[in-house]
Amino acid sequence: MDFRRVKDYFSWLYYQYQIISCCAVLEPWERSMFNTILLTIFAMVVYTAYVFIPIHIRLAWEFFSKICGYHSTISN
Amino acid sequence: MANPGGGAVGNGTLHNCKTESNCVQGGHCTKNGIVREAQQNGKPHINMEIEESFEEAPLHVMVFTYMGYGIGTLFGYLRDFLRNWGIEKCNAAVEREEQKDFVPLYQDFENFYTRNLYMRIRDNWNRPVCSAPGPHFDMLERVSDDYNWTFRFTGRVIKDVINMGSYNFLGLVSKYNESMRTVKEVLERYGTGVASTRHEMGTLDKHKELEDLVAKFLNVEAAMVFGMGFATNSMNIPVLVGKGCLILSDELNHTSVVLGARLSGATIRTFKHNNMQSLEKLLRDAIIYGQPRTRRAWKKILILVEGIYSMEGSIVRLPQIVALKKKYKAYLYVDEAHSIGSVGPTGRGVSEFFGIDPGDVDVLMGTFTKSFGAAGGYIAGKKELVDYIRVHSHSAVYATSMSPPVAEQIIRAMKLIMGLDGTTQGLQRVQQLAKNTKYFRQRLREMGFIIYGNDHSPVVPVLLYMPGKVAAFARHMLEKKIAVVVVGFPATPLAEARARFCISAAHTREMLDKVLEATDEIGDLLQVKYSRHRHSARPELYDETSFELDD
Repeated sequence: MDFRRVKDYFSWLYYQYQIISCCAVLEPWERSMFNTILLTIFAMVVYTAYVFIPIHIRLAWEFFSKICGYHSTISN
Repeated sequence: MANPGGGAVGNGTLHNCKTESNCVQGGHCTKNGIVREAQQNGKPHINMEIEESFEEAPLHVMVFTYMGYGIGTLFGYLRDFLRNWGIEKCNAAVEREEQKDFVPLYQDFENFYTRNLYMRIRDNWNRPVCSAPGPHFDMLERVSDDYNWTFRFTGRVIKDVINMGSYNFLGLVSKYNESMRTVKEVLERYGTGVASTRHEMGTLDKHKELEDLVAKFLNVEAAMVFGMGFATNSMNIPVLVGKGCLILSDELNHTSVVLGARLSGATIRTFKHNNMQSLEKLLRDAIIYGQPRTRRAWKKILILVEGIYSMEGSIVRLPQIVALKKKYKAYLYVDEAHSIGSVGPTGRGVSEFFGIDPGDVDVLMGTFTKSFGAAGGYIAGKKELVDYIRVHSHSAVYATSMSPPVAEQIIRAMKLIMGLDGTTQGLQRVQQLAKNTKYFRQRLREMGFIIYGNDHSPVVPVLLYMPGKVAAFARHMLEKKIAVVVVGFPATPLAEARARFCISAAHTREMLDKVLEATDEIGDLLQVKYSRHRHSARPELYDETSFELDD
């Protein structure tokens, strides 16, 4: 029963996405093309985030800790 | 959009005259004049705080709207590319092969919007109706196999669709019933066609009777009627003004008014919608600087406004405009197409609504299409004006005059509204319309929709904004057997697509409740309840007010 509610919610959400982005008025092949392109872009964003964000955060952390460390050595 | 400080008329005085500094000198005299008028007429005082709201949508809505149009445009480019390169068959008009090298006949890009965006949702417009457009009507069912390029009728008829789109304000549109007996008699006696223009052999005694009745109805000296409402505006404005005159027209005026103004050859300047400061600035500039190059005084200054603006549902600020016109000695032309018969305590239009003497408005124009269930238009005012129009109007010289059964229908309707047939049915209809309007608007506002316009106007635009939602709204409503008119880009600004409900006196409380319930449901489904001033729903209150009004 809960599964049904979740499914209904997702289909309502999909319907909202369709009418907001004009997919509801596009022909089926245009719709699939648009969905494919959107999913591809989304997948690329997720992949980039997964690969690069931890490394960037680590580098940024090292950079700032070095500055704060430098600062604290100076003040000493 | 609306001027928040402007136009509160309560207790018979113009409060806003003090806040609008420009109006002060002229304002005092007119203020007294209006107070005297309202008291002399002895009408029950109407608390007329002009409440017009044009609420703005939240930012994310506008972003999504433009995004939706952007996606539509991208796909439009793609489809045009495919059509151009022959990958896809082109269903729109193209030139013949032999003429491809000539100067292009069809401007492809101008029709871009029509071809790529309008075509996709075209099934919501031009729906064929197959009965009288009263409060219920029948529609022919049609389907499209190729995404709205062509339609075919399935042969089925959708019966008893609730009509929320026809301009049937007083409910006088219906199939033949006993009260239309006089129309039948006139049809039997005069036939249908007139076969001549007013100047030649087309002036019938029916026209004279109608014109006298219209003048009496509006409380003016004389009136003239024409066969077509659009032509009344477009053919008679050129008669009144010409080159060397100035026209100040509201930015949201109807196409017929704009066409008439352009045909006249006068200089046209537009002022912001219902904005008195903008109008006053234009008037002052016109009088101070005169004509553009020669600096001579303008021969005439004509202000063109409408009684109710059909796309916004707003009512013109007539007291302020009359005050301005008297101060700066301009002429005023009011197009009461939607407001005649539907506003005012006895249905006499915006001048009665505000308690203003109709003699203050120089040219009163209106149509019989909306509240009277007929066709045609009129121009009314002083006798000299109407006599001049009788001689010089293009419509009188070249256009066939009004058909006699139609004239009789208007005579019958007007007598009904005025009470000359001995019953109070007309007055009851006007009051029922006011009740319906108030109830409908109140309920919609409480549900949380963004409604434009004045609280007393029977035209109710509900804002939908996104093109996908516009199409979905119309289709869902038809599935629930309610017909609404949705309007999109060329008629409204790009981002403000809306659904327009037209309330009628023939709508019963049950019909309105059904429509409200359906709108509520679809509003939740489509998430169009954008208003941030939502009140909580209190069903007991509705019953209370309906108790008071019904007694």
